[in-house]
Amino acid sequence: MVHVYPQTKSATVNPLKSSQPLGAALAFLGVEGAVPLFHGSQGCTSFALVLCVRHFKETVPLQTTAMDELATVVGGAGHLEEAILNLKERANPRLIGICTTALAETRSEDFARQIANIETMRAEELGAEIVLANTPDFDGALEEGWAKAVAAMIERITRPGQQAPRSKRARVIERSTKPREQPWKRKKVAILPGWHLTVADIEHLREMVESFGLKPVILPDVSGSLDGTVPDRWMPVTYGGTSVEDIQELGTAVQCIGVGEHMRRPAELLQKLTGVPYILFQSLTGLKNVDRFVSLLSEISGVSAPAKIHRCRSQLQDAMLDGHFHFAGKKIAIAAEPDQLYQFATFFTGLGAEMVAAVTTTGASEILEKVPAESIQIGDLGDFEDLAGGADLLVTHSHGRQAAERLGIPLLRVGFPAFDRLGSQHKLTILYRGTRDLIFEAANIFQANQHTPSPEIVDALRKRRNAG
Amino acid sequence: MSSLSAKIQDIFVEPACEKNGRKDAGARKKGCSKPLTPGATAGGCAFDGAKVVLQPITDVAHLVHGPLACEGNSWDNRGTASSGPTLWRTSFTTDLTELDIIMGQSERRLFHALRQIKEAYAPPAIFVYATCVTELIGDDIRAVCKRAAEKFGLPVVPINAPGFVGSKNLGNKLAGEALLDHVIGTVEPDDVGPYDINILGEFNLSGEFWLVKPLLDRLGVRIRACIPGDARYRDVACSHRARAAMLVCSTALINLARKMEERWQIPFFEGSFYGITATSEALRRIAELLVKRGADAQILDRTDTLIAEEEAIAWKRLEAYRPRLEGKRVLINSGGVKSWSLVHALMEIGMEIVGTSVKKSTVEDKERIKQVLNDEHHMFESMAPRELYTMLSEHKADIMLSGGRTQFIALKAKTPWLDINQERHHPYAGYDGMVELVRQIDLAIHNPIWSEVREPAPWEVDPAAEERPSTYTHTETASVAPFAEC
Repeated sequence: MVHVYPQTKSATVNPLKSSQPLGAALAFLGVEGAVPLFHGSQGCTSFALVLCVRHFKETVPLQTTAMDELATVVGGAGHLEEAILNLKERANPRLIGICTTALAETRSEDFARQIANIETMRAEELGAEIVLANTPDFDGALEEGWAKAVAAMIERITRPGQQAPRSKRARVIERSTKPREQPWKRKKVAILPGWHLTVADIEHLREMVESFGLKPVILPDVSGSLDGTVPDRWMPVTYGGTSVEDIQELGTAVQCIGVGEHMRRPAELLQKLTGVPYILFQSLTGLKNVDRFVSLLSEISGVSAPAKIHRCRSQLQDAMLDGHFHFAGKKIAIAAEPDQLYQFATFFTGLGAEMVAAVTTTGASEILEKVPAESIQIGDLGDFEDLAGGADLLVTHSHGRQAAERLGIPLLRVGFPAFDRLGSQHKLTILYRGTRDLIFEAANIFQANQHTPSPEIVDALRKRRNAG
Repeated sequence: MSSLSAKIQDIFVEPACEKNGRKDAGARKKGCSKPLTPGATAGGCAFDGAKVVLQPITDVAHLVHGPLACEGNSWDNRGTASSGPTLWRTSFTTDLTELDIIMGQSERRLFHALRQIKEAYAPPAIFVYATCVTELIGDDIRAVCKRAAEKFGLPVVPINAPGFVGSKNLGNKLAGEALLDHVIGTVEPDDVGPYDINILGEFNLSGEFWLVKPLLDRLGVRIRACIPGDARYRDVACSHRARAAMLVCSTALINLARKMEERWQIPFFEGSFYGITATSEALRRIAELLVKRGADAQILDRTDTLIAEEEAIAWKRLEAYRPRLEGKRVLINSGGVKSWSLVHALMEIGMEIVGTSVKKSTVEDKERIKQVLNDEHHMFESMAPRELYTMLSEHKADIMLSGGRTQFIALKAKTPWLDINQERHHPYAGYDGMVELVRQIDLAIHNPIWSEVREPAPWEVDPAAEERPSTYTHTETASVAPFAEC
């Protein structure tokens, strides 16, 4: 039984959270031709933009309704309309994702109605999907914002009603009859990844699903837009990601797969709207989780796993055998949003390590009950620093660097933001290969920080044994 | 909000600013920045500006009173350096929840937060920043600060610059006002001397002020306070006893400089430590001002000697880069003093300035650009990302010097780029800083990657390739092993 301790301090010291509208914006950035629009003062956008640029090392399209003093007093509807029209004229996006902020939400206007009005009044000029996510900064963090944006897109864009024949799943057959050879007949699988999957994760996930002859539609798909490529012209909107048409057609999938507990609500919504059944993977890291995932793909496609997946699994087994020495008995401290906390806590304990500190952003997630730790503190990196003394490894985002420095404990950077290391988006953390890579990365940190034996260390050990 | 509005109107009348002086009363009321266009706006808010100016004060606890984003999305993101305390890098926020806001508990939460910080960190002072939400719900931060100051026995300073009141620049100035209202003059120093100066608007980015300080040390000039770079609370509180002041980033703190002159008769000049002549001129004017205020006139000769020595060394070191950089075209997209102060030295070693942004430049800055460049055609107010991208991808410049915001425009256009704004990693102030800047330009332009990344893949089929003799045959291309699978 995990004890979840609520936050009792009045001042947050070194925040662990990034804001909820930022999470929504990240999700909108995974749609092709999109621009997220923050409804708030210009600073809300500016801070989020700078943080995104530091993390992705990319230009990121993010705009603001630039609420000023007048709009704060009399209401922001005018600013919202003007922003949408200006965006349309300057960038011509396919989708405008509106993320409200604390400023707009404290005024608590009826944004949905305002948008409906704008759409009616300006029907000819618009020609873009306008999606609203209610994401005040005073509530939630990245998980909530991301999930709300995905749910809002499904609710707003996906064509409702049952569309795909709900046939029984195909019997697993031999690979000789490759459905891959008839791409128009490929079965579609809708995948709703959580915010914590990297560009590399999404790419790898797609390859694996395709290797079963299935057609994955991933929402959001950051692998196209935030993947560190060099486009050959200037783009004021995202230049990759899920197409609006694909979101419309989500209901034609035979199966929906959610990754992370926070994707349950969007997956449920899709099921309710279109009848597409969903299966949720709380984590896709670790041998057993991936086994279950591969079995599912095999079952849906009716095709047995291709040879390269056998190879990947075998490599992971080998990595576990080689790596477990370095993990056994190690003390791990993790500060992350609930799903990522679960992903890494199960990964480390699954290799024989022990959780000594777990800090997260909210007590509302059901996944917390399953986190293999004695207790979880809802809190910040200040709490993390207090709890993590004596650990062998800290696991959190780049803001953990100060704690790592002061405690003298190495830091494994995961999640958002990662602004002081390159390639965070190209780090694989899921499926057989991602689990293998994580084992290597963590084991290498342990090896780099080994204490060479000295008479004092060995002597102290002997004394304690005698005392015991 | 009325006292805040009055404060803002007061800031909008700035006799020390030439541009402001030329406006009529109506235009002045509207402030310095253009009105924002929803959906087409870049740049930070007033809160951002206030925090930027004050946070480098190293031993103060900076507490942001508001919902998470204001602090949570922005902390520990600037490269100013401290020679001692690190408390300024610890982030404090009341991280207001929906419940705090609905139930009206935010003031109480702020008070408890102040107690928590006092007990855990015992800082010499706490700065409390208002934000949009706390201003909107009407929190009386000033009153809470006052009570906490009495109760906990330390200065608790309200910084009232919520984001919606305006731009970053307005926030810079509101921060200056907060220092004038609550900090400067609250402590009397016991060691005043005739060579004490203040440096205002210097942020000590990448520790670059430490390239300048030794020069002042050699002249016997003492820094009473450098605001805000590497400052301590007490330095700022005592800064009203300096004899003279230099204003470095003029648009940010011009109101602070002018009002310190009015209240405490501290004369100031606007100068820059970027560029060789600019540095020399700054040192000379510091010496002149101090002599006017009663310092021994000998300092003027000492300054001339130092300048001659240092300039000779710097020019000699720069000359070494001439063969490598002569004729290279530079685009400066920064604004402010950097729009002209760097230009002279770069031109001196034979570089060509193809453009310089005058976005944040004063009338005086623009005059100087005209003088240095002998041409105003290279001045531009600001450039849209798309225009900038086109210019760079057509190779109309060999390097762009700018801030992080436009970094990826240059890089995606495969153009060398150097950060000269707040996130940079190298110190560029003073004589040695200028040499370092030129060295970094040289390293950026001559990096071997440029010739590689600009070339298209040799196996890519494009119309032009048909005309070129092909090195690879079709079969060779086809025989390349497929992408590794595992």
